[in-house]
Amino acid sequence: MANRQVAQKGEPTTERAGGFELGGRVWGSRLIVGTGGFRSLEGMERALVASGAEIVTVALRRVDPTAKGSALELIDRLGKFALPNTAGCYTARDAVRTARLAREAFETDWIKLEVIGDDRTLFPDAVELIDAAETLVDEGFVVLPYTNDDPILARRLEDAGCAAVMPLGSPIGSGMGIANPYNVQIIVERASVPVILDAGIGTASDAAMAMELGCEGVLLSSSVARAKDPELMAKAMREAVEAGYTARRAGRIPRKLHARASTPDEGLPDLR
Amino acid sequence: MIVQLNGERAELPDDATVADAVRVVEVDGERRGVAVAVDGEVVRSVDWERTPLTESQAIEVVRAVQGG
Repeated sequence: MANRQVAQKGEPTTERAGGFELGGRVWGSRLIVGTGGFRSLEGMERALVASGAEIVTVALRRVDPTAKGSALELIDRLGKFALPNTAGCYTARDAVRTARLAREAFETDWIKLEVIGDDRTLFPDAVELIDAAETLVDEGFVVLPYTNDDPILARRLEDAGCAAVMPLGSPIGSGMGIANPYNVQIIVERASVPVILDAGIGTASDAAMAMELGCEGVLLSSSVARAKDPELMAKAMREAVEAGYTARRAGRIPRKLHARASTPDEGLPDLR
Repeated sequence: MIVQLNGERAELPDDATVADAVRVVEVDGERRGVAVAVDGEVVRSVDWERTPLTESQAIEVVRAVQGG
């Protein structure tokens, strides 16, 4: 029953088939790709194209005059939407300041809000995250917070006015998949904003699972950028997100301990 | 005057503006994706030329980089 409720929740209503609404805009792809960790801009370009993603994340750092090539130029050329993040911020103050810089740099009010607690786990700092989210919503930002897989925190972020909640599956870059699918399912059931699984995806089945659990989208980076063949993995992720979303709408059969024959016994010949 | 420019000590003329600081870090004509904060507060690009700097301010000039 739970699965069915989740499936109905994610059902598109007015938007075109497969599309979803996020931050007041309708997007065709439910896959959001980070641009960090790619070994080359060329490799990143091929992967971004293969992913079909419309939204790609970028970060802000001090200008490095020796840096070659521009990630933003590439993203603009590919016609994708650059979503700035606040990666590397440990306090609400830093995150809010970074978001304001990003608004100036990218001429967008959208921000992927990250406020982390320590550099070993990269887990969000819940207290600072809420503080930053409230301030940024007040300032008119479309806030997309990277959060723990904590249903209460997710609700608090939604109450603060965030445009989505983005729980982690497992630590950033760990490739451990969705460690607590039950929490993600609870977050999805309660949320009235889109839930986007962010962080921890290792391979295609993780992305499909996120969608089957009822997420509206998946945000991933390392699993593609650090794959042996990023372009091929990007294709796999695109297909996995689509397959998981389709399967969710199709409605999976309930899990049972014992077998249930798919072939009828009736008419079975007696061959003794 | 002496300022902190992207974390490093830099000497600028006494009448330097934010735009001068941006030029020091070699940001060419392309300003999309570039932003400046002085002592933590954003200075919009339309104001760079007319915003004077003062001694010992901290100027951060940032731009888009790859990131998750």
